[in-house]
Amino acid sequence: MNSGAGLAAISLVVVATVLIGAYGLRISRTTSDFMVASRSVPPGLNASAICGEYLSAASFLGVAGLVLLNGIDALWFPIGYTAGYLVLLVLVAAPLRRSGAYTLPDFAEERLRSPQVRTITAVLVVVIGWLYLLPQLEGASLTLATVTGAPPWAGATLVAVVVVVVVTAGGMRSITFTQAFQYAIKLVAISVPAIVLLAVWRGHGTPDPFHGAWAEPLAPRPGRSHPLYTTYSLVLATFLGTMGLPHVLVRFYTNPDGRAARRTTLAVLALLGLFYLWPPVYAALGRVYTPDLASSATAADTVVLVLPQRMVGGLGGELLGALVAAGAFAAFLSTASGLTVSVAGVLTQDLLKGGVRSFRLATVAAVLVPLGLTLGLRSLDLASAVGLAFAVAASTICPLLILGIWWSRLTVPGAIAGLAVGATLALAAVAATYLNIAERGWPAALLAQPAAWTVPMAFLSAVTVSLLSPRRIPGHTPQMMLRLHAPEGLLAAEGPA
Amino acid sequence: MTEPTGRPRRVAVSHPRTRAARRSGGYVPRGELRAMTPIGALYLRSLIRSQLRLSFVVLSGLGLAIGLLPVLAVVSPRLVSVRVLGLPLPWLVLGVLVFPAMIGAAAWYVHAVERTERQFVDLVEHR
Repeated sequence: MNSGAGLAAISLVVVATVLIGAYGLRISRTTSDFMVASRSVPPGLNASAICGEYLSAASFLGVAGLVLLNGIDALWFPIGYTAGYLVLLVLVAAPLRRSGAYTLPDFAEERLRSPQVRTITAVLVVVIGWLYLLPQLEGASLTLATVTGAPPWAGATLVAVVVVVVVTAGGMRSITFTQAFQYAIKLVAISVPAIVLLAVWRGHGTPDPFHGAWAEPLAPRPGRSHPLYTTYSLVLATFLGTMGLPHVLVRFYTNPDGRAARRTTLAVLALLGLFYLWPPVYAALGRVYTPDLASSATAADTVVLVLPQRMVGGLGGELLGALVAAGAFAAFLSTASGLTVSVAGVLTQDLLKGGVRSFRLATVAAVLVPLGLTLGLRSLDLASAVGLAFAVAASTICPLLILGIWWSRLTVPGAIAGLAVGATLALAAVAATYLNIAERGWPAALLAQPAAWTVPMAFLSAVTVSLLSPRRIPGHTPQMMLRLHAPEGLLAAEGPA
Repeated sequence: MTEPTGRPRRVAVSHPRTRAARRSGGYVPRGELRAMTPIGALYLRSLIRSQLRLSFVVLSGLGLAIGLLPVLAVVSPRLVSVRVLGLPLPWLVLGVLVFPAMIGAAAWYVHAVERTERQFVDLVEHR
């Protein structure tokens, strides 16, 4: 497939992203502007920015690919990606915003008054960010190679360069505008072609894609071991991992208060639901028109890009293909820049001296490492690679947040134990999966979807060690709990003295 | 429309015998909260508990739905083959209906937790 229209659409998205970033530059001046947009972002804009940032390569290409490959069981991916926000809403959103911290390491330090916990959290945020950046760059390479026949490294390098330019130019504020714009692009780019393709499919007499084991829940299929375990472990990772994704959390700090944080999350759920209606449409139509793509995970990931030209052909197909390619590129750019901002923010605050200059330096470092890894490691399918980042977040940041917010007996050694156990187990599973140590059977399933055992282990260690070290409960815990849970206006309003 | 007739009527003004009025200017638990006295801690614990109760309602609903859907598919294979608008029922549920259900649960939670927190503020400030 070689498409001039596709290349033009991708270029347009890149140029528009850089321009909007430059517009943001004029209003971002201080470090605070750079880091969290000075906390002046209204909920509606913030919600579309969160979605723009969140809907990544895995959502735009990977979900359709996985459904084409694995059938109905893969629908749990978009469900998990959305339900993660429901869990975040009821457990984390408002208290986290009320804590007043700027970043995850800030929260860790304020809650536990321990520089050690802060440093461990900072390192984990960087690692999770990198793990999540890998599939974004991977997806960019895949898209550029599919649309233009470019060499595999080209797409990843292009995204890396654009992200560094946009982020160093404008920081977070420009990112807020960029991200909100990206959500609109992505929604249009996934829904409009899908509607056209559905019309074409009707014109062909609605050939039925729903037959065989593909359409049945939890049906045994060759090449897939332990579907029940895999499904539930994935569900757990996405439910609990969303709250630990650094690029999502950093955006919650830009809400004016805890109530706005909740309302933003509600809007996010609605916007995500609207988006995730569409990828399965491509997969179902792909069953009819492009069954050859179900041969491998990497081929299946291209179904959204390939389907329009296969089904429509001619100029119409080329234009639809261009629109989808633009949406895919918007997905990589937005997620990658959001991740880069948060990774660079943590690097700046915790490892460099701070300030705008170090932030720019950190941005380059935040992108270079995953770019190097992308070119070196074996490529997983997009949704599984993202799933691993979720699993690490769910095994580390999630226990710290949930216990930190809701359990006043959490101690410093307990928090460190939870983080250490969760990180060690989950990262070992990730390394084993990328290095392809176990190929099939239970070991492969347990390592590829580790959340079901790593998350309980992390919680268990944090709770056990906390209970064994009751004297190490930080002295300010009651005041901290009050700050996390007190409704707006309760503590701010000064009564008559 | 009735015209005001003559001079305004004489109205007796007296101290209202409500609890809120009696207590105003006196004891307000907000100070206990801010200083985290044992009573303040008790208030805080009740607030956290009521917030957490709402979270548990949502989470257990979510867990129940997710735990039961696959079981349902196994127990009743006939349900799996039912078609609505050309879509097999499991596809309709997992691909479409879950999203409005989650949005509904989230909207309920936001409404309920805001009410709970408003009530807590009223309690503490004796409004």
